[in-house]
Amino acid sequence: MSFDESHGSPQRPSMRTPLGRVRNLGAAHSGTSDFWRQRITGVAMTLLMIPVLVIIMMLLGRNQVGAAQILSSIPVAVILLLFIIASAWHMKIGMQVVIEDYVHNEKLKLTAIMLNNFFSVAVALASTYAILKLSSGV
Amino acid sequence: MQVYRWTLTMALSIVHRGTGIALYVGTLLLVWWLVAAASGPAAYGHVQAFAGSIIGRLIVFGYTWALMHHMLSGIRHFVWDLGYGFKANEREALTWGALIGGIALTVLIWIIAYAIGGGR
Repeated sequence: MSFDESHGSPQRPSMRTPLGRVRNLGAAHSGTSDFWRQRITGVAMTLLMIPVLVIIMMLLGRNQVGAAQILSSIPVAVILLLFIIASAWHMKIGMQVVIEDYVHNEKLKLTAIMLNNFFSVAVALASTYAILKLSSGV
Repeated sequence: MQVYRWTLTMALSIVHRGTGIALYVGTLLLVWWLVAAASGPAAYGHVQAFAGSIIGRLIVFGYTWALMHHMLSGIRHFVWDLGYGFKANEREALTWGALIGGIALTVLIWIIAYAIGGGR
């Protein structure tokens, strides 16, 4: 029985409850999960802001050898990795909201959303790779 | 849109998006910095030369403000998400707090940075 996809008809009413029909949907057809993740990553970055600022202050005025030494320490690397992952995720969602609000041409919108995903993943991966490389000391 | 009286909260809503977009583009600098640190002294030297130049300092200063403002403005949105701060005076206070706090934190961070020798 495929009543799951059907919205029902007078002859054969849908078996789905009103709540079941709207669950996980919404204006973006993706429900509220992005809204929630936007908040989680925002709170995470706010909590990490002071440690991240301290790390940046520690790096000021140092040359590459000194900077690499600090960046390769485990607490520094972990704090930066957490901050980078939260940032990339947060900015991907934020930019998608902006695109969905202002780009109304469907093809252009999908292209922009795709490029946004590529950019955000590239930023996350390049930064993560750099930190892991520094940490492994290669 | 002409029927609306332009309010501070409306203007700051746009600024929240604007700073978000600026921070998005600015992550390229963050990536450049980390990749350069992982690449070696020559690459890192280029980043330091850029960050130390007048234009570089202006960009990093602007980035600091965008980050601090976006963070405080985001906390303001979070307070609203939790269902608080919707009275007219509370809205205004939160918005002014984000605006003034963002500038104050930016200046404070740069004073500390120069004090510990980052201005070299």
